[in-house]
Amino acid sequence: MKTIILVRYEEIFLKGLNKPMFESRLMKNIRKVLYGLGAVTVSRSQSRIYVEPNDDNYPIDEAITRLTKVFGIASVSPVKKLETHKDTIYEEAIKMTKEILTRHRYETFKVETKRADKTFPLKSMELSSQLGAVLLKAIPQLKVDVHEPDFIVRVEIRENTYIYTEKIPSVRGLPVGSNGKATLLISGGIDSPVAGWMVAKRGVKLEGVHFYSYPYTSEKAKEKVIRLTKILSQYNLGMKLHIIPFTEIQLAINQYCPQEYLTIIMRRFMMKIAERIALENGSLGLITGEAIGQVASQTLESLLVTDNAVTLPVYRPCIGMDKSEVVEISRKIEAYETSILPYEDCCTVFVAKHPVTKPDLQKTIDYESVLNIEELIQNAIDNDEVMLIE
Amino acid sequence: MPDIIYFDNSATTCVYPEVISAVNEAYSRFYGNPSSLHRLGNEADIILQQSRQIIAKTLSTSDDCIYFTSSGTESNNWAIKGVCRANKRRGSKIVTTKIEHPSVLECFKYLETEGFSPVYLDVEPNGQVSSELVRETIDNHTILFSFILVNNETGAIQKAEDIIREVRFINPNTIIHIDAVQAYGKIPINLLRLDADLLTISSHKIHGPRGCGALYIKKNTRIVPILHGGGQEKKYRSGTENVPGIYGFAKAAVKTNSAMQENRKKYKALRDIIIKGLSESFSDKFYVNSPSDGYEGILNIAFPRVKAQVLMHHLETKNIFVSTGSACSSRRNVQSHVLTAMNLPKENIEGAIRLSFSGMNNEEQAYEFIDAIKEIIPIIKY
Repeated sequence: MKTIILVRYEEIFLKGLNKPMFESRLMKNIRKVLYGLGAVTVSRSQSRIYVEPNDDNYPIDEAITRLTKVFGIASVSPVKKLETHKDTIYEEAIKMTKEILTRHRYETFKVETKRADKTFPLKSMELSSQLGAVLLKAIPQLKVDVHEPDFIVRVEIRENTYIYTEKIPSVRGLPVGSNGKATLLISGGIDSPVAGWMVAKRGVKLEGVHFYSYPYTSEKAKEKVIRLTKILSQYNLGMKLHIIPFTEIQLAINQYCPQEYLTIIMRRFMMKIAERIALENGSLGLITGEAIGQVASQTLESLLVTDNAVTLPVYRPCIGMDKSEVVEISRKIEAYETSILPYEDCCTVFVAKHPVTKPDLQKTIDYESVLNIEELIQNAIDNDEVMLIE
Repeated sequence: MPDIIYFDNSATTCVYPEVISAVNEAYSRFYGNPSSLHRLGNEADIILQQSRQIIAKTLSTSDDCIYFTSSGTESNNWAIKGVCRANKRRGSKIVTTKIEHPSVLECFKYLETEGFSPVYLDVEPNGQVSSELVRETIDNHTILFSFILVNNETGAIQKAEDIIREVRFINPNTIIHIDAVQAYGKIPINLLRLDADLLTISSHKIHGPRGCGALYIKKNTRIVPILHGGGQEKKYRSGTENVPGIYGFAKAAVKTNSAMQENRKKYKALRDIIIKGLSESFSDKFYVNSPSDGYEGILNIAFPRVKAQVLMHHLETKNIFVSTGSACSSRRNVQSHVLTAMNLPKENIEGAIRLSFSGMNNEEQAYEFIDAIKEIIPIIKY
């Protein structure tokens, strides 16, 4: 008898003829995320995935923690795999129930049986009621509640018998890589990591671009973005991050363009650079953390002017969210504490006192046309610092 | 590695090489626990007591008044909270200044929640507390007066003897604590003449290792411990003694204190070179926020229409390291509370950087700093 991990997925069921593609992507991702923990066999049977360690000392808990961050997985359970024999099943069920009672103050339970192997002499209902009686006898303080039990002892009789009592929810979504790649403009604030996470959740592989204005900002601002990327990278199975030196561009805008248009012109530069990097790396879209009306550069007028700078689609999953909703997700993915570190990613020197909230597209284009846009962009991209964040 | 110009010695200092070897030696030879009754314990205890005597001597006091702690912050916390808890029934008024280090200010703020009534004294434009204000503030219910001897941001020195005389005259029971973290090893401190009850010092500001501080406690001072446990330091400060660190602290204390006079002369020269150099060859305005009669080793200067943090990072690219009190942020109003308390104009605060010297700096570095400023300021002025 050994402990294995049962992995369930949901949305992939609906994929019709493409289902095998999603399933094999998910299995590939599972192998990748568990890499380094020890040898395992990952197999698929009846729309479930089983992770079976080759070694008895395999770190099951660490593996489960990692699997709860893999998109495409609905839930995981640590499962005892044993030979199909009535006495063995009872013995193990008692042991597992006693174990779960040491960790939780549960009072009621029920037994659920699935019998795929019809050669087993007891029917599902019969085994459930008999096992229930055995458990009640072994642990007298427990009671049965078939409607709202505190926990469920699940027994599945297939080629072997599987018993489990826990079902740990994972992040759901679709396996990363099953939906291509997109480029995230990551700032170091709360919104952009959340935006990236939400798109990644739909199976998209992320690549990050950060604009860095040293020495107008601190090196700590860069470190912070690397830390945030590391958090996203756990969900994304590794992530490439481009650090683009942005000081020269900001200085040029600051010197030659009207104050109130600084931010919007800066945003257009960011989008243009991100698009070049995206196209070079096979990305099919850009992702930003913008939400309508949050700041001057996120009004509908401003977004129109920003979008006009690029032809790739721009995805903004936070667009209709309030700050508190974004914060909630940020906490859930454990990015919040890092996001609120006080290192600014953009110096106040480059922020106008009263930035325009309703920029005019033609005016913006006219204002920025005094700059040598192509040279500035090329220069920034030539000095791109690329790192692979695992 | 390129040559580094380190003008941030009030933040921390590099440890003297001989101190590093002393600490190393202590770690490999005297690793016993001073509380152990065997020979190794005893050897460690001897090193500890020798170090205590050395530190005591640098303050002209006796070694049984020196208690080792983990930091200046711990010493300040202990002094303030320990006195308040021991003297609750004598009164609730506790007094300090508006230019203290956060480890003092935050303790006062916290003690307000325990029912004490803190008073924060204003300072004159030169950063000093006036004797009149002290006289008006101290009363019969004042249990503690705590002040910083050399201010960490400007170098302003308090007239400690005058202040103490005023306090003693009005209420001889008021316990006086001096935060001397930036003063120790920098200006003479003679506890035979300076009638303080408690005095905080720290190791890493004088080229000693981090994680070491001390609190001087005059005999019969009413104070209770804040760390309880194994009863080390005569039951006043529990926790296994950091013998190697303390050994290094003592070594650093001797060297720094004996170089004091020479260093002060040197700092005065550096300071004059920078102020003179900037006034003569630099066309723009600049402000000197440090008082002229302050400690020579700290020079706080500001440039109009410059964000301090931007200047700091630009100097960093030239391998010149300074510090800034105000952060470059629009979201939070982070302005130096010390400069604000000195009533300086906004421009003096926003563009303020602090240079703090050590014996390892030289005049050539001061000239390099001037050249760097002349190059950077025109670029970053907004």
